Amino acid sequence: MKYILIFAMAMLSSSMVGQNCQYVCIGEVSDFHDGSSLVGATIYIKELDKYIATDLQGKFKINDLCAGTLTLVVSHVGCIPKTVTITIDGDVYKRINLEHHTENLEEVTLHAIGNKTTASGQETRLKQEQLERYSGGELGDALKEISGVNSLNTGNNIVKPVINGLHSSRVLIMNNGVRLQDQEWGVEHAPNIDLSTAEHVMVVKGASALAYGGDAVGGVVIMNPATIRAKDSLYGQTVLSGHSNGRGISGSTSLTKSYESGWFISGQASVKRFGDAEAPDYFLTNSGLKSNAFSVRGGFKSFEQGVNFYYSYIDNEIGILKASHIGNISDLVNAIASDEPLVQDDFSYAINAPKQDVKHHLAKVNYFKRFENLGRLNLQYDYQNNRRQEFDIRVGEDRDKAALDLALQTHSFSADFKLDANHMRIFNTGLSFAYQENVPDPNTGVRRLIPDYEKIDFGAFVTGLWNFDNGMQIDAGVRYDFNRMDAKKFYLKSRWDERNYQNDFSRFIIDELESQYLTNPIFDYHNFSGMLGLQYFHKDNWQAGVNYSLANRAPNPSELFSDGLHHSAARIELGDLRLKQETSNRVGLTVEYTDEQASVKLEGYYNFINDYIFALPNGIEQTIRGAFPVWEFSQADAGIFGLDFMAVVPVVPRLTFANNTSYIRGTNLDADLALIDIPPFQTQNTLTFKQPKWKDFSLSLKSEWVFEQSRYPNLNFEQFIPSDQTFVEVDISTPPQAYHLIHLHSQIQFDLKKNRKLRLGLKIDNVLNTNYRNYLNRQRYFADEMGRNISLQVKLNY
Amino acid sequence: MKKYTYLLFVTMIGLVISCDDNDDPIPVNEEELITTVRLELTPQGGGTAIILESRDVDGLGPDDPVITVSSPLTVSQTYVGEMELLNESVTPSEDITEEVQDEGDEHQFFYQLSQDLATISYADTDENGDPIGLSIQVETTAVGTANLTITLRHEPNKSAAGVSDGDISQAGGETDVQVVFPIEVE
Repeated sequence: MKYILIFAMAMLSSSMVGQNCQYVCIGEVSDFHDGSSLVGATIYIKELDKYIATDLQGKFKINDLCAGTLTLVVSHVGCIPKTVTITIDGDVYKRINLEHHTENLEEVTLHAIGNKTTASGQETRLKQEQLERYSGGELGDALKEISGVNSLNTGNNIVKPVINGLHSSRVLIMNNGVRLQDQEWGVEHAPNIDLSTAEHVMVVKGASALAYGGDAVGGVVIMNPATIRAKDSLYGQTVLSGHSNGRGISGSTSLTKSYESGWFISGQASVKRFGDAEAPDYFLTNSGLKSNAFSVRGGFKSFEQGVNFYYSYIDNEIGILKASHIGNISDLVNAIASDEPLVQDDFSYAINAPKQDVKHHLAKVNYFKRFENLGRLNLQYDYQNNRRQEFDIRVGEDRDKAALDLALQTHSFSADFKLDANHMRIFNTGLSFAYQENVPDPNTGVRRLIPDYEKIDFGAFVTGLWNFDNGMQIDAGVRYDFNRMDAKKFYLKSRWDERNYQNDFSRFIIDELESQYLTNPIFDYHNFSGMLGLQYFHKDNWQAGVNYSLANRAPNPSELFSDGLHHSAARIELGDLRLKQETSNRVGLTVEYTDEQASVKLEGYYNFINDYIFALPNGIEQTIRGAFPVWEFSQADAGIFGLDFMAVVPVVPRLTFANNTSYIRGTNLDADLALIDIPPFQTQNTLTFKQPKWKDFSLSLKSEWVFEQSRYPNLNFEQFIPSDQTFVEVDISTPPQAYHLIHLHSQIQFDLKKNRKLRLGLKIDNVLNTNYRNYLNRQRYFADEMGRNISLQVKLNY
Repeated sequence: MKKYTYLLFVTMIGLVISCDDNDDPIPVNEEELITTVRLELTPQGGGTAIILESRDVDGLGPDDPVITVSSPLTVSQTYVGEMELLNESVTPSEDITEEVQDEGDEHQFFYQLSQDLATISYADTDENGDPIGLSIQVETTAVGTANLTITLRHEPNKSAAGVSDGDISQAGGETDVQVVFPIEVE
């Protein structure tokens, strides 16, 4: 028996020796985007059940390998682990690229899985070069570079992002880790953000990014400033642009001082001055913009811990197209009937009533600490103060008084813990608490459109990410939010009865005046949200994912309490205390191919929203001013289906073709009608020529083709016009015609002494000066969109 | 550093929660609201004045304005008309007519009849010599019933064609008041 065993072992060992196990695998791990080496990347060799790490050049070497396959799971702190399969049939060299935008000293909160917030969620990041083209522009405009993201405009300066057909309260905006609280419920309220502060801008479609909130029915926009590395340096950047349309000037400058010890301080300031914009045939009177902003951040960070503070201030004065400010329905009929705006003056920089004046302060203090073999704790306190004044055309002493004056303050605390010691299983858990107070100033002399309220939010979440050896990732999460809305509102007795609140809400009445009740509505909402996703990496280039998310959104103050005349829409808007929260169930499917030169991504989604809240016309009310249609907030089940496609492919050396195409189909399922304000089908095609040898010259030509939205609800109505003594059909529904625009962009970069860089850019929007109107611009009834705009940009890096 | 940070957080939470004043908001004093439009037509040569009034006390509330015409007009008569605008939602009621008078160049009243029962002409002017329409003259010419539409435009283009004669079609501006009175001339 013994001899058989020895013989068997001899045979075995000889067969092992017979196999060549002296192959070497040398590799290099680098950043996918800029090719920089990733130091200290961890490589788990599955077949050997062994971990190694890359050296200071990002290189690694594995000796004594046998022929066969090698499965490596490569990860780096703050990156999505990547599984790579290598065939060993000789000495092998492998270059591995990781999606890596943040170095291990980045302290931006909630970067759960590196630059991607979730594994399977539909996310797109704006490239640096895309972002820089929008210097002097608005966040909402820059985001349109992402397929599936549109904007809802009020003129050219108020631009709200629309993600997959959804906007306002359904889109969360994260500014440097702080959830923006700035009366975002208003369709005419642009986000108070200075685009110049951001270097990283990302859009997450749907509610997968649970760490930020449970009510992102549309999605999340994440903006973060530039990463500051721990080395002794002083550097800065100044951008100056001139724009022909609006005869505008915009500029922004920043300066950063960093130390090897980990301390840093950075300051940034921006200025914008625009006069009246110009449509091809006329000036858009009173459409100017005046903006001042500055921000400062500083602190200390090491690998183990860090503390930082951030403060930003932005002051925007925005002119509202004079021709869009109307008295009553007769005025609206006249405006719609006229091909041109009824007010056309010569060019002016003056911003008169009607206008908005908004000031926003944001301050944040953040602390993080890494625990060895465990993970990272993050603590944050942030405070926001938003003061929004809206000026109407008024008479007498009230001339310069705002018609709406809202002061919104928000305090928020959050604590998160990320357990990432094991790269195969990463967990993130957090708690947050926020207190918000809204005070409308009664001295305006106009009844409050939105009442006084206090709001308390509490949230808790847990998310997990599991990596598997076969290239599969699963991520899942759950979140609970509690919202309490505590408002104090005056209702005219006649309005209280008209809304039929006597039976259901009389418990809210706390005081009675001659013609009004003072009420104290208090509502509690419990929101559960969650997500589940699967992402599969195939070889180096393919990725496919499926993602499900559940989100709940409580009605916002406008949906609950609106009670007044919306001037530029010439309608009375009424909220409803009976509204329940919206529930969104969203499924998304993504297929993506990426290699060094090309990338193609197709995203499909279906968002079923139960109890979707929206405004619908319901009758007319007569007042001394005349007749106004009444729009009421109501609920119905809605379904939104869409396809977003983006591709960047090389055509010939130095010539690249890019395409962005999106299709959205929104339906009111209860009424079997189309949803209002759904962006039409659009496709953008861009040809870019780059010649690095000519001082990094690039020239791109973009064709933007927006189709006519043929699916829309017909909400037109008949109106008696007393001055004409006739009945007229008021067409507020018909979307404008399809349009095609050509845009041009070119830039060149000079490398100066001492590492300085000078870049000159030329951008021409609407090269052909085409007349067009945009379905998602609320001022489309009154005037055309902007005509040609030539911008010259000078950027200096030092 | 850790200790201080925790302390800071706890203090801030405490401060925020303790800051809570429960004062009720005060009702808004609606200054510019026009609740009442009153046109008083006094016959030349004396007699009882005819009062056309539209009253909407709840302002932008759901209740419709209450429209009253005190009595029919007499044919072949000349009336002197005086327009009055009031805010009766506050006590004492506010006279808006004065403000319109003071900013006469930015306001104009338009009077339109659905049937040719009378000739209406302006009897006042603003600082530029253009009519305002707070004072008018009404000369009844035919018998019958008609709708009288009174519109007040804010910042109209008084130099546009026909505007100074009472033609609203080219006037522009923003409608502050629009009332329709059913009148009878007998």
